[in-house]
Amino acid sequence: MEIKKTGVAGTMESSDIIVRIEPKETEGVELKLESAVMQQFGRQIEKVIRETLGELGVTRAYVDAVDKGALDCTVAARTLAAAYRAAESTDYVWNGGRVK
Amino acid sequence: MFDFDKIPHINEVSACHGAYDENNIAEKSLVSFAERQQESKKVLPSIEEAIKRVGLKDGMTISFHHHFRNGDYVVNMVMDVIAKMGFKHLTLAASSLTDCHWPLIDHIKNGVIDHIETSGLRGKLGDAVSHGLMDFPVIFRSHGGRAAAIETGELHIDVAFLGAPSCDPYGNANGYNRDSEEGSCCGSLGYAKLDALYADKCIIITDHLVSFPNTPFGIPESQVDYVVKVDNIGDPNGIMSGATRYTKNPKELLIAKYATEAIVASGYFKNNFSMQMGSGGASLAVARYLREKMIEQDIKCRFALGGITGQIVQMHEEGLVRKILDVQSFDLIAANSVKNNRFHQQIDASYYASYVNKGAAVNQLDFVILSALEVDTDFNVNVMTGSDGVIRGAVGGHPDTAAGASMTVVVCPLLRGRIPTICTKVNTICTPGKTVDVVVTDQGMAVNPARPELKERFIAAGLPVTTIEKLRDRAERIVGTPEPIKYTDKIVGVLMYRDNSVIDVIRQVAD
Repeated sequence: MEIKKTGVAGTMESSDIIVRIEPKETEGVELKLESAVMQQFGRQIEKVIRETLGELGVTRAYVDAVDKGALDCTVAARTLAAAYRAAESTDYVWNGGRVK
Repeated sequence: MFDFDKIPHINEVSACHGAYDENNIAEKSLVSFAERQQESKKVLPSIEEAIKRVGLKDGMTISFHHHFRNGDYVVNMVMDVIAKMGFKHLTLAASSLTDCHWPLIDHIKNGVIDHIETSGLRGKLGDAVSHGLMDFPVIFRSHGGRAAAIETGELHIDVAFLGAPSCDPYGNANGYNRDSEEGSCCGSLGYAKLDALYADKCIIITDHLVSFPNTPFGIPESQVDYVVKVDNIGDPNGIMSGATRYTKNPKELLIAKYATEAIVASGYFKNNFSMQMGSGGASLAVARYLREKMIEQDIKCRFALGGITGQIVQMHEEGLVRKILDVQSFDLIAANSVKNNRFHQQIDASYYASYVNKGAAVNQLDFVILSALEVDTDFNVNVMTGSDGVIRGAVGGHPDTAAGASMTVVVCPLLRGRIPTICTKVNTICTPGKTVDVVVTDQGMAVNPARPELKERFIAAGLPVTTIEKLRDRAERIVGTPEPIKYTDKIVGVLMYRDNSVIDVIRQVAD
């Protein structure tokens, strides 16, 4: 999946995460994460974001995420939505089997 | 006529100062009562003058109360004066400290304060202490433990600086003002009362100097050395809210519903029962639901103890709660009730919870509803450190009431955001699991295995009883397993249990 423009999903509400994805010219996903639970879950949140993008085949992107204690399922959902918006893609397959 | 020396045994009579001599009698004051009050030698023009008169010295222990909560001006005001006067190495023994006391950080850095004793710390100060601000660890005591330490003389207070919303020129001080509706109001002066009684010197700092006698008083003039009038002792909005609001949070309401049903099924819900409720959302909702059950089953409460809220006052005024014992008033309704209701009694911290006081009110409790930041599978409770290991709470009367009550009910959500409340090991033990009987969450309740009879009764009542391990597993399944907090070896806080034995320590968080 190719990131074409800035895509945002999520809110700053408690138990949510806001994910912003922007195009990047060089290879690699550069992730900036702020979290209310950084110490306890920072690595887990990063893992979920990276895995989700990996499954979509996103290899070039700047990602900026502000987490307010979202669960993994929310992190994945917001990342997916932001990526689809950034890729200007609307062919999302609902319940496409991604849910773990 | 008599010959003094010939009175038998007169030399053995103590408090006998020889024969009466008219010349030794002071002249009567002939000025009016109103003028006389102007001449009270206790009223001093400034805090600085009062500090000079009481003879404060480097290394002494000074105390404050926390009845003004986050609206308090007294601690910062007094500490600024003390710092300017050049005093060093003081011990600050407050009944508690809160967010607004962050300016103490500079006084600690500058060596004005070497050591702190308190029930809790929050905000920037708690954060700074957790990051290693002090060499001498902060000593955290429960309200009862502090009271006991003061009563036994183990915690000796040299000078108490006690803010009071009203005081007369002779030192009769109160947590409200009968002479005007203006200004601050905190209701009970429960924690200040003990400091006034035991401190070597006691200075009342007030913003309302009222006419003698300021009765009924929370602190009597006999315990007060000096009185200083200042413009403001606190921000009324920070001292207390008008009325503690009912929660609308469905999780809290569900917890409250389960907790209420547990109380009703427990066997302790009988006529003339006794109780304490906290001020958290779920606790307040329990009070509301319990009120309905009391009306329904025609059951009255003999006394309600503790931090008192408007909910308890309402039940008192309706005749459902016969007596209120109030060490700390949580809202304006409670504060006004101390003023207006004959059987709403302010009590001191020893009467409330001291373990050396055999009649302490906590020992008379049927049940108490308490909150928790964390509960572990041994039922230990943390109310002190956050999920990041940083100090942001207060022990309060938690361990005292838990130990005293026949049934201790801890109410908490299973999760707060992504942070599990039920865990394998709490960050900091404040209240030992041995004294905790029931944990009620929005996703079920667990009963301490030491209380099988309660478990049976709850199951018979159709309550969602599970085990504490299952609650923990459920929480972990939803949020994942948190990575452990990283600490350094440095001990920054020491938790005293209510008998003043060390129950746990708090370490510096690693950055």
